[in-house]
Amino acid sequence: QVPTTRKPADAALDTVTPIKSATTYNNFYEFGTGKADPADGAKALRTRPWEITIDGEVAKPLTIGIDDLLKVSMEERIYRLRCVEGWSMVIPWIGFPLAELLKRVEPTGNAKFVAFQTLMDPERMYGQKSWVLEWPYTEGLRLDEAMHPLALMAVGMYGEILPNQNGAPIRLVVPWKYGFKSIKSVVKITLTKTQPPTAWNRSQPREYGFYSNVNPEVDHPRWSQATERRVGDFSRRKTLPFNGYGDEVASLYTGMDLRVNY
Amino acid sequence: MRATLNALLLSRWAKPVVFALALVPLVWTVWLAWTGELGAEPILESVKQSGLWALRFLLIALALTPLRVFTGVAALARFRRMLGLFAFFYASVHLLTYVGLDQFFDWHAIGTEILKRPYITIGMGAFVILTALAATSTDGMVKRLGGKRWRALHRGVFLAGLGGCLHFLMLVKGWQTAPLVYGALCAGLLALRRWPLRLPNPRTVRTLAPKPQDG
Repeated sequence: QVPTTRKPADAALDTVTPIKSATTYNNFYEFGTGKADPADGAKALRTRPWEITIDGEVAKPLTIGIDDLLKVSMEERIYRLRCVEGWSMVIPWIGFPLAELLKRVEPTGNAKFVAFQTLMDPERMYGQKSWVLEWPYTEGLRLDEAMHPLALMAVGMYGEILPNQNGAPIRLVVPWKYGFKSIKSVVKITLTKTQPPTAWNRSQPREYGFYSNVNPEVDHPRWSQATERRVGDFSRRKTLPFNGYGDEVASLYTGMDLRVNY
Repeated sequence: MRATLNALLLSRWAKPVVFALALVPLVWTVWLAWTGELGAEPILESVKQSGLWALRFLLIALALTPLRVFTGVAALARFRRMLGLFAFFYASVHLLTYVGLDQFFDWHAIGTEILKRPYITIGMGAFVILTALAATSTDGMVKRLGGKRWRALHRGVFLAGLGGCLHFLMLVKGWQTAPLVYGALCAGLLALRRWPLRLPNPRTVRTLAPKPQDG
């Protein structure tokens, strides 16, 4: 059990997705492309020992063991998760703001972006032997997005340690962006001057932009993003701009054309 | 061995047994849905499973002729129409689950998707072809169209097969293995029609060839 101080976001009004769905319906291509693959395959993932390195444009680069990192105070956040494929869940995460971690390493004035990297271990993450993506999985945020209080580093969910298939031992959760931005099993965070390459964007740049904010107005080239089905529901519901977190995050994108910066 | 297989496939139980087996995927999926074992997204899973089985039956139906020629088990030809119709059946279930369950009869959204999304356009095209083939699958229709025109029309099955594979390849994220395997199998079966295998024993095939009405 992870100690928590519950802090419900407005998503608390949504019904929390059953834990069985959240732990058996996963996209974690390191363990195969089927939704049920990670629940089984990720059992092989070893989450101890585990180190995270934070480097790049920072005054105090840091390499820290996961158990030392867990000594910060945790809180519970109930967030909506909207997958780019058109389904969504509501998940009670346990973690701490990414901003806290970034402040510890003191970003320099040059730092404009934050790049994230997943563990590379083709022996256990056998999906990394396939050509479906360029491995290791990479993601990125603009520094101000990363510093936003809603951006969370999660180490648990549903009051428990994060299951392997959900990105143990530590993952990013950015609730206003499509799920693939919330990179799992992070080993490296690098602050950079320029926009870092990201896995899905490299694979299909026209389909997966760097920003990938949830946006019902901008279709994925192959399907509409206007609606989504909440896992467990029968009918579809309207997708909300920024996944319903517009009041909190829309100001990050003032003056930007979100059709161009999709 | 070949004679035994032929005799088995020519028995009057062969067709009912194959028919029942071909319904197993449907019954199994409905059972899983009923018992809540179809996963977190049962609607998408039923759409996916019916689509996969449509493609599988299409490939099995396409494989029968090369298999018959290669093995000399002539009685395989009896099952071509039935299995082809099962491909159409599962494609219909696929379309119905998409329209009725996934989109819940939102005709505006469905119409827009068919026109706007190439993978759905292609999938619908393949379904239209399969519908035409199913509608002309009866003995009466063969007679009415005449063998030559009927055969020409039914070569469309390859277009439907390739369309189905392309539909699959285009809807998944990234370059996944499964749709590439289906595509390769379909292309391979098409290639076999162009460069047919030599008959291993023409005499056996001729003597055991089914009568036309077994078709």
